[in-house]
Amino acid sequence: MIITLLVASSVVFFVLEILPGDPAAVMLGINAEADTLAALRAELGLDKPIAVRYLGWLGDLVQGDLGISYTYDVPVSELIMERVILSFPLAILSITLSTLIAIPLGIIAASNHTKPMDFLVMIFSQLGIAIPNFWFALLLIIFFSVFMGVLPAGGFAGWDAGIFPALSSLLLPTIALALPQAAILTRVTRSSLLEVLKEDYIRTAQAKGSSSRRTLWRHALRNAMIPVVTIMGLQFSFLLAGTIIIENVFYLPGIGRLIFQAIAQRDLIVVKNLVILLAASVIVINFIVDMLYAVIDPRLRGAQNV
Amino acid sequence: MYERLAEVFSHGMKNRNFVAGGIITIVFFGVALLSYVWSPHPIENINISDKLLSPNTKYLLGTDHFGRDILSMLIMGAKNSIIVAFVAIGIGLGIGVPLGLVAASQRGWTDELIMRFNDFTLAFPSLISAIMITAIMGPGAVNSIIAIGIFNIPVFARVVRGAALNIWKKEFILAALSAGKSKARISLEHVLPNTASVLIVQATIQFAIGILAEAGLSYLGLGTQPPAASWGKMLNEAQTFLHFAPQLAIYPGLAIALTVLGLNLFGDGLRDVLDPKLRRNR
Repeated sequence: MIITLLVASSVVFFVLEILPGDPAAVMLGINAEADTLAALRAELGLDKPIAVRYLGWLGDLVQGDLGISYTYDVPVSELIMERVILSFPLAILSITLSTLIAIPLGIIAASNHTKPMDFLVMIFSQLGIAIPNFWFALLLIIFFSVFMGVLPAGGFAGWDAGIFPALSSLLLPTIALALPQAAILTRVTRSSLLEVLKEDYIRTAQAKGSSSRRTLWRHALRNAMIPVVTIMGLQFSFLLAGTIIIENVFYLPGIGRLIFQAIAQRDLIVVKNLVILLAASVIVINFIVDMLYAVIDPRLRGAQNV
Repeated sequence: MYERLAEVFSHGMKNRNFVAGGIITIVFFGVALLSYVWSPHPIENINISDKLLSPNTKYLLGTDHFGRDILSMLIMGAKNSIIVAFVAIGIGLGIGVPLGLVAASQRGWTDELIMRFNDFTLAFPSLISAIMITAIMGPGAVNSIIAIGIFNIPVFARVVRGAALNIWKKEFILAALSAGKSKARISLEHVLPNTASVLIVQATIQFAIGILAEAGLSYLGLGTQPPAASWGKMLNEAQTFLHFAPQLAIYPGLAIALTVLGLNLFGDGLRDVLDPKLRRNR
Protein backbone atom coordinates (compact mmCIF):
# COMPACT_ATOMS: atom_id res chain seq x y z
CA MET A 1 0.00 0.00 0.00
CA ILE A 2 2.85 2.40 0.85
CA ILE A 3 4.53 1.65 -2.48
CA THR A 4 1.31 2.29 -4.39
CA LEU A 5 0.98 5.61 -2.58
CA LEU A 6 4.56 6.58 -3.44
CA VAL A 7 4.11 5.71 -7.11
CA ALA A 8 0.84 7.63 -7.13
CA SER A 9 2.48 10.70 -5.61
CA SER A 10 5.32 10.77 -8.14
CA VAL A 11 2.95 10.30 -11.08
CA VAL A 12 0.77 13.17 -9.89
CA PHE A 13 3.76 15.40 -9.26
CA PHE A 14 5.53 14.84 -12.58
CA VAL A 15 2.37 14.88 -14.68
CA LEU A 16 1.47 18.25 -13.21
CA GLU A 17 4.97 19.53 -13.90
CA ILE A 18 4.22 19.18 -17.62
CA LEU A 19 1.16 21.37 -17.19
CA PRO A 20 1.74 24.44 -19.31
CA GLY A 21 1.40 27.83 -17.64
CA ASP A 22 3.72 29.34 -15.06
CA PRO A 23 1.89 29.81 -11.73
CA ALA A 24 3.96 32.91 -11.02
CA ALA A 25 2.90 34.42 -14.35
CA VAL A 26 -0.75 33.60 -13.65
CA MET A 27 -0.58 35.28 -10.22
CA LEU A 28 1.05 38.48 -11.45
CA GLY A 29 -0.87 38.86 -14.68
CA ILE A 30 0.44 39.36 -18.19
CA ASN A 31 2.02 42.75 -17.57
CA ALA A 32 4.43 41.55 -14.87
CA GLU A 33 8.08 42.65 -14.96
CA ALA A 34 10.66 39.92 -15.50
CA ASP A 35 12.48 40.51 -12.19
CA THR A 36 9.22 40.58 -10.20
CA LEU A 37 8.40 37.23 -11.80
CA ALA A 38 11.79 35.82 -10.88
CA ALA A 39 11.41 37.05 -7.29
CA LEU A 40 8.02 35.40 -6.95
CA ARG A 41 9.28 32.19 -8.51
CA ALA A 42 12.08 32.13 -5.96
CA GLU A 43 9.61 32.79 -3.13
CA LEU A 44 7.40 29.91 -4.31
CA GLY A 45 10.46 27.69 -4.67
CA LEU A 46 9.78 27.18 -8.38
CA ASP A 47 13.42 27.80 -9.32
CA LYS A 48 14.78 24.75 -7.52
CA PRO A 49 15.46 21.50 -9.42
CA ILE A 50 12.47 19.25 -9.91
CA ALA A 51 13.77 16.37 -7.75
CA VAL A 52 14.40 18.70 -4.80
CA ARG A 53 10.90 20.09 -5.09
CA TYR A 54 9.39 16.60 -5.29
CA LEU A 55 11.18 15.38 -2.15
CA GLY A 56 10.39 18.61 -0.35
CA TRP A 57 6.73 18.30 -1.22
CA LEU A 58 6.63 14.66 -0.15
CA GLY A 59 8.32 15.50 3.16
CA ASP A 60 5.83 18.29 3.87
CA LEU A 61 2.95 16.04 2.84
CA VAL A 62 3.90 13.40 5.39
CA GLN A 63 4.04 16.09 8.08
CA GLY A 64 0.62 17.33 7.08
CA ASP A 65 1.94 20.60 5.64
CA LEU A 66 0.26 21.08 2.28
CA GLY A 67 1.78 24.45 1.45
CA ILE A 68 0.12 27.75 0.61
CA SER A 69 -2.37 28.12 -2.23
CA TYR A 70 -0.99 30.26 -5.09
CA THR A 71 -4.24 32.06 -5.76
CA TYR A 72 -6.05 32.14 -2.41
CA ASP A 73 -2.90 32.78 -0.38
CA VAL A 74 -4.16 30.63 2.50
CA PRO A 75 -2.79 27.27 3.64
CA VAL A 76 -4.02 24.50 1.34
CA SER A 77 -4.95 22.35 4.32
CA GLU A 78 -7.27 25.11 5.55
CA LEU A 79 -8.80 25.43 2.09
CA ILE A 80 -9.36 21.69 1.91
CA MET A 81 -10.82 21.48 5.43
CA GLU A 82 -13.33 24.21 4.56
CA ARG A 83 -14.53 22.11 1.64
CA VAL A 84 -14.35 18.72 3.30
CA ILE A 85 -17.03 19.68 5.79
CA LEU A 86 -19.38 19.81 2.82
CA SER A 87 -18.10 16.97 0.64
CA PHE A 88 -17.62 14.40 3.38
CA PRO A 89 -21.18 14.61 4.76
CA LEU A 90 -22.45 14.57 1.16
CA ALA A 91 -20.54 11.38 0.43
CA ILE A 92 -21.60 9.69 3.68
CA LEU A 93 -25.25 10.64 3.17
CA SER A 94 -25.32 9.31 -0.36
CA ILE A 95 -23.57 6.05 0.55
CA THR A 96 -26.06 5.58 3.40
CA LEU A 97 -29.02 6.37 1.19
CA SER A 98 -27.89 4.10 -1.63
CA THR A 99 -27.24 1.21 0.78
CA LEU A 100 -30.62 1.71 2.45
CA ILE A 101 -32.29 1.52 -0.96
CA ALA A 102 -30.15 -1.15 -2.57
CA ILE A 103 -29.90 -3.93 0.01
CA PRO A 104 -33.65 -4.23 0.69
CA LEU A 105 -34.41 -4.03 -3.04
CA GLY A 106 -31.78 -6.66 -3.81
CA ILE A 107 -33.23 -8.95 -1.14
CA ILE A 108 -36.78 -8.41 -2.43
CA ALA A 109 -35.69 -9.17 -5.99
CA ALA A 110 -33.71 -12.27 -5.07
CA SER A 111 -36.42 -13.73 -2.85
CA ASN A 112 -38.99 -13.15 -5.62
CA HIS A 113 -36.73 -14.45 -8.38
CA THR A 114 -38.45 -14.57 -11.81
CA LYS A 115 -41.63 -13.05 -10.36
CA PRO A 116 -42.96 -9.61 -11.43
CA MET A 117 -41.42 -7.96 -8.35
CA ASP A 118 -37.98 -9.10 -9.45
CA PHE A 119 -38.61 -7.77 -12.95
CA LEU A 120 -39.65 -4.36 -11.57
CA VAL A 121 -36.55 -4.09 -9.42
CA MET A 122 -34.37 -4.98 -12.40
CA ILE A 123 -36.03 -2.26 -14.49
CA PHE A 124 -35.26 0.23 -11.72
CA SER A 125 -31.67 -0.97 -11.67
CA GLN A 126 -31.17 -0.76 -15.45
CA LEU A 127 -32.67 2.73 -15.53
CA GLY A 128 -30.57 3.88 -12.59
CA ILE A 129 -27.40 2.74 -14.31
CA ALA A 130 -28.32 4.37 -17.62
CA ILE A 131 -29.36 7.77 -16.28
CA PRO A 132 -26.40 10.13 -15.91
CA ASN A 133 -26.36 11.54 -12.40
CA PHE A 134 -26.05 15.14 -13.55
CA TRP A 135 -29.15 14.78 -15.72
CA PHE A 136 -31.03 13.21 -12.83
CA ALA A 137 -29.86 16.19 -10.77
CA LEU A 138 -31.29 18.59 -13.37
CA LEU A 139 -34.60 16.71 -13.35
CA LEU A 140 -34.70 16.96 -9.55
CA ILE A 141 -34.03 20.70 -9.80
CA ILE A 142 -36.78 21.13 -12.40
CA PHE A 143 -39.28 19.26 -10.28
CA PHE A 144 -38.45 20.32 -6.71
CA SER A 145 -37.04 23.79 -7.30
CA VAL A 146 -38.61 25.16 -10.48
CA PHE A 147 -42.10 23.64 -10.29
CA MET A 148 -42.63 22.95 -6.61
CA GLY A 149 -40.24 25.57 -5.29
CA VAL A 150 -39.65 23.60 -2.10
CA LEU A 151 -35.89 23.01 -2.24
CA PRO A 152 -32.97 25.21 -3.32
CA ALA A 153 -31.69 24.71 -6.88
CA GLY A 154 -28.11 25.14 -5.78
CA GLY A 155 -25.69 26.77 -3.39
CA PHE A 156 -25.00 25.84 0.18
CA ALA A 157 -26.41 27.63 3.20
CA GLY A 158 -23.43 26.65 5.34
CA TRP A 159 -23.51 24.68 8.59
CA ASP A 160 -23.64 27.97 10.54
CA ALA A 161 -27.10 28.65 9.11
CA GLY A 162 -28.41 25.73 11.13
CA ILE A 163 -28.68 22.04 10.51
CA PHE A 164 -31.99 22.19 8.65
CA PRO A 165 -31.14 24.74 5.91
CA ALA A 166 -27.78 23.07 5.42
CA LEU A 167 -29.32 19.62 5.05
CA SER A 168 -32.03 20.87 2.72
CA SER A 169 -29.40 22.20 0.32
CA LEU A 170 -27.68 18.82 0.47
CA LEU A 171 -30.86 16.77 -0.04
CA LEU A 172 -31.11 16.93 -3.84
CA PRO A 173 -27.37 16.41 -4.40
CA THR A 174 -27.48 13.39 -2.10
CA ILE A 175 -30.36 11.82 -4.01
CA ALA A 176 -28.71 12.53 -7.37
CA LEU A 177 -25.47 10.92 -6.22
CA ALA A 178 -27.17 7.95 -4.62
CA LEU A 179 -29.31 6.81 -7.55
CA PRO A 180 -26.67 5.27 -9.84
CA GLN A 181 -24.91 3.72 -6.87
CA ALA A 182 -28.12 2.26 -5.54
CA ALA A 183 -28.85 0.82 -8.98
CA ILE A 184 -25.51 -0.98 -9.20
CA LEU A 185 -25.61 -2.15 -5.57
CA THR A 186 -29.12 -3.52 -6.01
CA ARG A 187 -27.97 -5.57 -8.94
CA VAL A 188 -24.93 -6.91 -7.11
CA THR A 189 -26.91 -7.72 -3.96
CA ARG A 190 -29.49 -9.59 -6.00
CA SER A 191 -27.11 -11.67 -8.09
CA SER A 192 -24.84 -12.40 -5.15
CA LEU A 193 -27.80 -13.53 -3.05
CA LEU A 194 -29.13 -15.71 -5.87
CA GLU A 195 -25.71 -17.29 -6.20
CA VAL A 196 -25.55 -18.09 -2.49
CA LEU A 197 -29.11 -19.42 -2.39
CA LYS A 198 -27.99 -22.17 -4.81
CA GLU A 199 -25.31 -23.43 -2.40
CA ASP A 200 -25.49 -26.82 -0.76
CA TYR A 201 -25.53 -25.48 2.77
CA ILE A 202 -28.69 -23.51 1.99
CA ARG A 203 -30.35 -26.71 0.85
CA THR A 204 -29.09 -28.40 4.03
CA ALA A 205 -30.56 -25.63 6.17
CA GLN A 206 -33.88 -25.94 4.39
CA ALA A 207 -33.80 -29.72 4.70
CA LYS A 208 -33.30 -29.33 8.43
CA GLY A 209 -36.55 -27.41 8.55
CA SER A 210 -35.28 -23.85 8.62
CA SER A 211 -37.99 -21.51 7.32
CA SER A 212 -37.15 -19.66 4.11
CA ARG A 213 -37.11 -16.36 6.00
CA ARG A 214 -34.69 -17.75 8.56
CA THR A 215 -32.52 -19.30 5.86
CA LEU A 216 -32.31 -16.00 4.06
CA TRP A 217 -31.41 -13.90 7.07
CA ARG A 218 -29.23 -16.30 8.99
CA HIS A 219 -27.45 -18.25 6.31
CA ALA A 220 -27.61 -16.53 2.94
CA LEU A 221 -27.34 -12.81 3.57
CA ARG A 222 -24.04 -12.78 5.40
CA ASN A 223 -22.38 -14.89 2.74
CA ALA A 224 -23.83 -12.75 -0.01
CA MET A 225 -22.33 -9.60 1.48
CA ILE A 226 -18.73 -10.10 0.30
CA PRO A 227 -19.25 -9.05 -3.33
CA VAL A 228 -21.52 -6.27 -2.11
CA VAL A 229 -18.81 -4.83 0.14
CA THR A 230 -16.27 -5.16 -2.68
CA ILE A 231 -18.47 -3.16 -5.01
CA MET A 232 -19.12 -0.56 -2.31
CA GLY A 233 -15.36 -0.12 -2.03
CA LEU A 234 -14.93 0.15 -5.77
CA GLN A 235 -17.79 2.59 -5.94
CA PHE A 236 -15.96 4.96 -3.67
CA SER A 237 -13.88 6.21 -6.59
CA PHE A 238 -17.01 6.60 -8.71
CA LEU A 239 -18.51 8.49 -5.81
CA LEU A 240 -15.60 10.94 -5.83
CA ALA A 241 -16.02 11.45 -9.57
CA GLY A 242 -19.76 11.86 -9.12
CA THR A 243 -19.19 14.39 -6.36
CA ILE A 244 -17.14 16.57 -8.72
CA ILE A 245 -19.95 16.68 -11.27
CA ILE A 246 -22.78 17.00 -8.77
CA GLU A 247 -21.05 19.78 -6.83
CA ASN A 248 -20.75 21.64 -10.11
CA VAL A 249 -24.42 21.07 -10.94
CA PHE A 250 -25.55 22.47 -7.59
CA TYR A 251 -22.77 25.08 -7.23
CA LEU A 252 -21.75 23.52 -3.92
CA PRO A 253 -18.44 24.78 -2.53
CA GLY A 254 -16.96 21.32 -1.93
CA ILE A 255 -13.81 19.42 -2.81
CA GLY A 256 -15.01 18.65 -6.34
CA ARG A 257 -15.62 22.27 -7.16
CA LEU A 258 -12.33 23.27 -5.53
CA ILE A 259 -10.28 20.94 -7.72
CA PHE A 260 -12.09 22.15 -10.78
CA GLN A 261 -11.49 25.82 -9.96
CA ALA A 262 -7.89 25.16 -8.97
CA ILE A 263 -7.17 23.62 -12.37
CA ALA A 264 -8.76 26.58 -14.14
CA GLN A 265 -6.62 28.96 -12.07
CA ARG A 266 -3.43 26.93 -12.50
CA ASP A 267 -3.23 26.68 -8.72
CA LEU A 268 -0.91 23.70 -9.00
CA ILE A 269 -0.23 23.26 -5.34
CA VAL A 270 -3.94 22.83 -4.60
CA VAL A 271 -4.47 20.47 -7.55
CA LYS A 272 -1.44 18.39 -6.66
CA ASN A 273 -2.39 17.93 -3.03
CA LEU A 274 -6.06 17.34 -3.73
CA VAL A 275 -5.43 14.72 -6.39
CA ILE A 276 -2.96 12.87 -4.21
CA LEU A 277 -5.32 13.02 -1.21
CA LEU A 278 -8.19 11.68 -3.32
CA ALA A 279 -6.05 8.91 -4.81
CA ALA A 280 -4.75 8.08 -1.34
CA SER A 281 -8.28 7.90 0.02
CA VAL A 282 -9.26 5.47 -2.75
CA ILE A 283 -6.21 3.30 -2.01
CA VAL A 284 -6.87 3.38 1.74
CA ILE A 285 -10.57 2.60 1.29
CA ASN A 286 -9.72 -0.42 -0.86
CA PHE A 287 -7.32 -1.53 1.86
CA ILE A 288 -10.06 -1.19 4.49
CA VAL A 289 -12.42 -3.18 2.28
CA ASP A 290 -9.88 -5.99 2.16
CA MET A 291 -9.79 -5.90 5.97
CA LEU A 292 -13.60 -5.94 6.11
CA TYR A 293 -13.69 -9.27 4.28
CA ALA A 294 -12.13 -10.84 7.32
CA VAL A 295 -14.82 -9.37 9.56
CA ILE A 296 -17.60 -10.64 7.34
CA ASP A 297 -16.09 -14.00 6.56
CA PRO A 298 -14.11 -15.63 9.38
CA ARG A 299 -12.71 -18.16 6.91
CA LEU A 300 -10.62 -15.41 5.32
CA ARG A 301 -8.94 -14.45 8.59
CA GLY A 302 -5.20 -15.00 8.35
CA ALA A 303 -5.50 -16.07 4.75
CA GLN A 304 -4.75 -12.94 2.76
CA ASN A 305 -4.29 -12.76 -1.00
CA VAL A 306 -7.32 -14.93 -1.64
CA MET B 1 -18.34 -17.59 -39.58
CA TYR B 2 -21.73 -16.94 -41.19
CA GLU B 3 -23.12 -20.01 -39.50
CA ARG B 4 -21.91 -18.78 -36.14
CA LEU B 5 -23.48 -15.36 -36.73
CA ALA B 6 -26.76 -16.95 -37.80
CA GLU B 7 -26.68 -19.14 -34.70
CA VAL B 8 -26.04 -16.17 -32.41
CA PHE B 9 -28.83 -14.29 -34.08
CA SER B 10 -31.39 -17.07 -33.80
CA HIS B 11 -30.56 -17.62 -30.12
CA GLY B 12 -30.60 -13.87 -29.63
CA MET B 13 -34.11 -13.45 -30.96
CA LYS B 14 -35.36 -15.47 -27.98
CA ASN B 15 -33.60 -13.18 -25.51
CA ARG B 16 -35.64 -10.19 -24.33
CA ASN B 17 -32.61 -8.03 -23.48
CA PHE B 18 -30.89 -8.81 -26.77
CA VAL B 19 -33.91 -7.83 -28.85
CA ALA B 20 -34.84 -4.66 -26.93
CA GLY B 21 -31.26 -3.49 -26.54
CA GLY B 22 -30.45 -4.39 -30.14
CA ILE B 23 -33.32 -2.31 -31.50
CA ILE B 24 -32.35 0.76 -29.44
CA THR B 25 -28.70 0.36 -30.44
CA ILE B 26 -29.54 0.03 -34.13
CA VAL B 27 -31.73 3.15 -34.01
CA PHE B 28 -28.92 5.03 -32.25
CA PHE B 29 -26.33 4.04 -34.84
CA GLY B 30 -28.82 4.68 -37.64
CA VAL B 31 -29.45 8.21 -36.42
CA ALA B 32 -25.72 8.86 -36.16
CA LEU B 33 -25.15 7.59 -39.71
CA LEU B 34 -28.07 9.66 -40.93
CA SER B 35 -26.34 12.78 -39.66
CA TYR B 36 -23.68 12.38 -42.34
CA VAL B 37 -26.21 12.81 -45.13
CA TRP B 38 -29.09 14.73 -43.61
CA SER B 39 -30.25 16.71 -40.60
CA PRO B 40 -33.39 18.86 -40.39
CA HIS B 41 -31.47 22.14 -40.00
CA PRO B 42 -27.73 22.83 -40.07
CA ILE B 43 -26.63 23.24 -36.46
CA GLU B 44 -24.29 26.11 -37.32
CA ASN B 45 -27.39 28.14 -38.13
CA ILE B 46 -27.74 30.73 -35.41
CA ASN B 47 -31.13 32.32 -35.66
CA ILE B 48 -31.64 34.53 -32.63
CA SER B 49 -35.17 35.54 -33.65
CA ASP B 50 -36.18 31.88 -33.35
CA LYS B 51 -34.60 31.37 -29.92
CA LEU B 52 -36.09 29.16 -27.18
CA LEU B 53 -39.11 28.15 -29.26
CA SER B 54 -41.37 25.36 -28.07
CA PRO B 55 -41.75 22.37 -30.35
CA ASN B 56 -43.54 23.34 -33.59
CA THR B 57 -43.88 22.13 -37.16
CA LYS B 58 -40.70 23.84 -38.37
CA TYR B 59 -38.58 22.81 -35.37
CA LEU B 60 -39.98 19.48 -34.21
CA LEU B 61 -38.39 19.69 -30.74
CA GLY B 62 -38.04 23.47 -30.57
CA THR B 63 -34.89 25.59 -30.49
CA ASP B 64 -32.21 26.55 -27.98
CA HIS B 65 -31.03 30.00 -26.86
CA PHE B 66 -29.22 30.56 -30.18
CA GLY B 67 -32.24 29.49 -32.21
CA ARG B 68 -30.54 26.24 -33.19
CA ASP B 69 -32.77 23.28 -33.96
CA ILE B 70 -32.76 20.86 -30.99
CA LEU B 71 -33.55 17.79 -33.08
CA SER B 72 -30.61 18.45 -35.39
CA MET B 73 -28.33 18.97 -32.41
CA LEU B 74 -29.47 15.69 -30.88
CA ILE B 75 -28.72 13.90 -34.15
CA MET B 76 -25.26 15.46 -34.41
CA GLY B 77 -24.73 14.68 -30.73
CA ALA B 78 -25.36 10.99 -31.41
CA LYS B 79 -22.60 11.02 -34.00
CA ASN B 80 -20.27 12.79 -31.60
CA SER B 81 -20.96 10.30 -28.78
CA ILE B 82 -20.33 7.35 -31.07
CA ILE B 83 -17.03 8.70 -32.36
CA VAL B 84 -15.70 9.48 -28.88
CA ALA B 85 -16.78 6.17 -27.34
CA PHE B 86 -15.65 4.17 -30.36
CA VAL B 87 -12.14 5.57 -30.57
CA ALA B 88 -11.78 5.30 -26.79
CA ILE B 89 -12.61 1.60 -27.06
CA GLY B 90 -10.07 1.32 -29.86
CA ILE B 91 -7.41 2.69 -27.50
CA GLY B 92 -8.49 0.30 -24.74
CA LEU B 93 -8.50 -2.72 -27.06
CA GLY B 94 -5.32 -1.76 -28.88
CA ILE B 95 -3.24 -1.46 -25.71
CA GLY B 96 -5.19 -3.46 -23.14
CA VAL B 97 -5.60 -6.67 -25.14
CA PRO B 98 -1.89 -7.15 -25.94
CA LEU B 99 -1.06 -6.39 -22.29
CA GLY B 100 -3.59 -8.96 -21.09
CA LEU B 101 -2.37 -11.58 -23.56
CA VAL B 102 1.26 -11.04 -22.58
CA ALA B 103 0.40 -11.21 -18.88
CA ALA B 104 -1.46 -14.49 -19.34
CA SER B 105 1.20 -16.13 -21.52
CA GLN B 106 4.29 -15.04 -19.56
CA ARG B 107 2.95 -15.19 -15.99
CA GLY B 108 5.65 -14.53 -13.36
CA TRP B 109 6.92 -11.02 -12.81
CA THR B 110 5.67 -9.72 -16.19
CA ASP B 111 2.16 -10.67 -15.17
CA GLU B 112 2.66 -9.16 -11.73
CA LEU B 113 3.96 -5.89 -13.19
CA ILE B 114 1.10 -5.55 -15.68
CA MET B 115 -1.53 -6.32 -13.06
CA ARG B 116 -0.01 -3.85 -10.55
CA PHE B 117 -0.07 -1.21 -13.27
CA ASN B 118 -3.72 -2.09 -13.82
CA ASP B 119 -4.62 -1.77 -10.16
CA PHE B 120 -2.79 1.51 -10.04
CA THR B 121 -4.67 3.01 -12.98
CA LEU B 122 -7.95 1.83 -11.52
CA ALA B 123 -7.11 3.41 -8.15
CA PHE B 124 -7.28 6.89 -9.64
CA PRO B 125 -10.82 8.16 -9.80
CA SER B 126 -11.28 8.18 -13.57
CA LEU B 127 -12.96 11.54 -13.78
CA ILE B 128 -10.25 13.21 -11.72
CA SER B 129 -7.61 11.84 -14.04
CA ALA B 130 -9.67 12.87 -17.04
CA ILE B 131 -9.87 16.36 -15.59
CA MET B 132 -6.10 16.33 -15.10
CA ILE B 133 -5.53 15.19 -18.67
CA THR B 134 -7.81 17.81 -20.15
CA ALA B 135 -6.24 20.38 -17.84
CA ILE B 136 -2.80 19.54 -19.22
CA MET B 137 -3.72 19.27 -22.85
CA GLY B 138 -6.66 21.61 -22.95
CA PRO B 139 -10.33 20.73 -23.33
CA GLY B 140 -11.57 19.18 -26.54
CA ALA B 141 -13.02 16.06 -28.10
CA VAL B 142 -9.63 14.49 -28.82
CA ASN B 143 -8.42 14.86 -25.26
CA SER B 144 -11.63 13.50 -23.82
CA ILE B 145 -11.20 10.49 -26.13
CA ILE B 146 -7.69 9.96 -24.73
CA ALA B 147 -8.87 10.42 -21.15
CA ILE B 148 -11.67 7.88 -21.58
CA GLY B 149 -9.47 5.56 -23.64
CA ILE B 150 -6.80 5.34 -20.94
CA PHE B 151 -9.39 3.97 -18.53
CA ASN B 152 -10.47 1.34 -20.99
CA ILE B 153 -6.93 -0.09 -21.05
CA PRO B 154 -6.89 -1.77 -17.60
CA VAL B 155 -10.46 -2.97 -18.06
CA PHE B 156 -9.71 -4.81 -21.29
CA ALA B 157 -6.34 -6.02 -20.04
CA ARG B 158 -7.98 -7.58 -16.98
CA VAL B 159 -10.84 -9.17 -18.90
CA VAL B 160 -8.56 -10.66 -21.57
CA ARG B 161 -6.08 -11.91 -19.01
CA GLY B 162 -8.82 -13.67 -17.05
CA ALA B 163 -10.24 -15.34 -20.15
CA ALA B 164 -6.80 -16.16 -21.54
CA LEU B 165 -5.65 -17.82 -18.30
CA ASN B 166 -8.51 -20.29 -18.64
CA ILE B 167 -7.67 -21.00 -22.26
CA TRP B 168 -3.99 -21.60 -21.50
CA LYS B 169 -5.07 -24.54 -19.35
CA LYS B 170 -6.78 -26.27 -22.28
CA GLU B 171 -5.33 -29.31 -23.97
CA PHE B 172 -5.23 -27.87 -27.47
CA ILE B 173 -2.82 -25.22 -26.19
CA LEU B 174 -0.58 -27.97 -24.87
CA ALA B 175 -0.77 -29.58 -28.30
CA ALA B 176 0.22 -26.32 -29.99
CA LEU B 177 3.11 -25.89 -27.53
CA SER B 178 4.42 -29.37 -28.20
CA ALA B 179 4.12 -28.71 -31.93
CA GLY B 180 6.75 -26.04 -31.32
CA LYS B 181 4.65 -22.90 -31.69
CA SER B 182 5.91 -19.86 -29.81
CA LYS B 183 3.88 -18.38 -26.95
CA ALA B 184 3.30 -15.21 -28.95
CA ARG B 185 1.94 -17.17 -31.90
CA ILE B 186 -0.31 -19.30 -29.71
CA SER B 187 -1.62 -16.13 -28.06
CA LEU B 188 -2.55 -14.68 -31.42
CA GLU B 189 -3.80 -17.79 -33.21
CA HIS B 190 -5.49 -19.74 -30.44
CA VAL B 191 -6.02 -17.63 -27.34
CA LEU B 192 -7.21 -14.36 -28.88
CA PRO B 193 -10.00 -15.86 -31.02
CA ASN B 194 -11.31 -17.70 -27.98
CA THR B 195 -11.55 -14.50 -25.94
CA ALA B 196 -13.51 -12.74 -28.69
CA SER B 197 -16.94 -13.23 -27.15
CA VAL B 198 -15.86 -11.87 -23.76
CA LEU B 199 -14.25 -8.92 -25.53
CA ILE B 200 -17.33 -8.11 -27.57
CA VAL B 201 -19.52 -8.11 -24.47
CA GLN B 202 -17.05 -5.95 -22.55
CA ALA B 203 -16.77 -3.56 -25.50
CA THR B 204 -20.54 -3.06 -25.47
CA ILE B 205 -20.43 -2.20 -21.77
CA GLN B 206 -17.45 0.12 -22.21
CA PHE B 207 -19.29 1.79 -25.07
CA ALA B 208 -22.10 2.69 -22.70
CA ILE B 209 -19.63 3.86 -20.05
CA GLY B 210 -17.78 5.89 -22.70
CA ILE B 211 -20.97 7.67 -23.71
CA LEU B 212 -21.73 8.51 -20.06
CA ALA B 213 -18.17 9.72 -19.51
CA GLU B 214 -18.17 11.86 -22.65
CA ALA B 215 -21.45 13.44 -21.57
CA GLY B 216 -20.02 14.12 -18.11
CA LEU B 217 -16.83 15.72 -19.45
CA SER B 218 -18.73 17.82 -21.99
CA TYR B 219 -21.16 18.86 -19.28
CA LEU B 220 -18.20 20.17 -17.27
CA GLY B 221 -16.96 21.98 -20.38
CA LEU B 222 -13.91 19.73 -20.74
CA GLY B 223 -15.07 17.62 -23.67
CA THR B 224 -16.45 18.47 -27.07
CA GLN B 225 -16.25 22.18 -27.78
CA PRO B 226 -18.80 24.32 -29.63
CA PRO B 227 -19.90 24.61 -32.37
CA ALA B 228 -19.87 20.77 -32.43
CA ALA B 229 -22.95 19.37 -30.73
CA SER B 230 -22.67 17.13 -27.70
CA TRP B 231 -25.41 15.86 -25.40
CA GLY B 232 -23.46 16.78 -22.28
CA LYS B 233 -22.78 20.29 -23.56
CA MET B 234 -26.46 20.72 -24.41
CA LEU B 235 -27.39 19.84 -20.83
CA ASN B 236 -24.86 22.33 -19.52
CA GLU B 237 -26.35 25.10 -21.66
CA ALA B 238 -29.89 24.05 -20.75
CA GLN B 239 -29.17 24.52 -17.05
CA THR B 240 -29.06 28.30 -17.48
CA PHE B 241 -32.62 28.26 -18.86
CA LEU B 242 -34.20 25.79 -16.44
CA HIS B 243 -36.77 28.38 -15.39
CA PHE B 244 -37.83 29.47 -18.88
CA ALA B 245 -37.29 26.37 -20.98
CA PRO B 246 -37.05 23.24 -18.83
CA GLN B 247 -37.76 21.12 -21.95
CA LEU B 248 -34.21 21.86 -23.15
CA ALA B 249 -32.86 19.84 -20.24
CA ILE B 250 -35.14 16.89 -21.01
CA TYR B 251 -34.24 15.77 -24.55
CA PRO B 252 -30.44 15.40 -24.36
CA GLY B 253 -30.65 13.54 -21.06
CA LEU B 254 -33.31 11.27 -22.47
CA ALA B 255 -31.06 10.59 -25.46
CA ILE B 256 -28.13 9.67 -23.20
CA ALA B 257 -30.22 7.49 -20.90
CA LEU B 258 -31.94 5.63 -23.75
CA THR B 259 -28.69 4.97 -25.61
CA VAL B 260 -26.88 3.76 -22.51
CA LEU B 261 -29.87 1.62 -21.53
CA GLY B 262 -29.97 0.10 -25.02
CA LEU B 263 -26.28 -0.69 -25.05
CA ASN B 264 -26.36 -2.19 -21.55
CA LEU B 265 -29.36 -4.39 -22.37
CA PHE B 266 -27.73 -5.44 -25.62
CA GLY B 267 -24.50 -6.27 -23.79
CA ASP B 268 -26.37 -8.34 -21.19
CA GLY B 269 -28.30 -10.15 -23.89
CA LEU B 270 -25.20 -10.77 -25.94
CA ARG B 271 -23.41 -12.25 -22.94
CA ASP B 272 -26.22 -14.71 -22.36
CA VAL B 273 -26.34 -15.65 -26.03
CA LEU B 274 -22.60 -15.91 -26.69
CA ASP B 275 -21.65 -17.77 -23.59
CA PRO B 276 -24.34 -19.54 -21.61
CA LYS B 277 -21.69 -20.56 -19.06
CA LEU B 278 -21.13 -16.93 -18.18
CA ARG B 279 -24.83 -16.40 -17.64
CA ARG B 280 -25.42 -14.52 -14.46
CA ASN B 281 -28.56 -14.65 -12.44
CA ARG B 282 -30.93 -12.24 -13.98
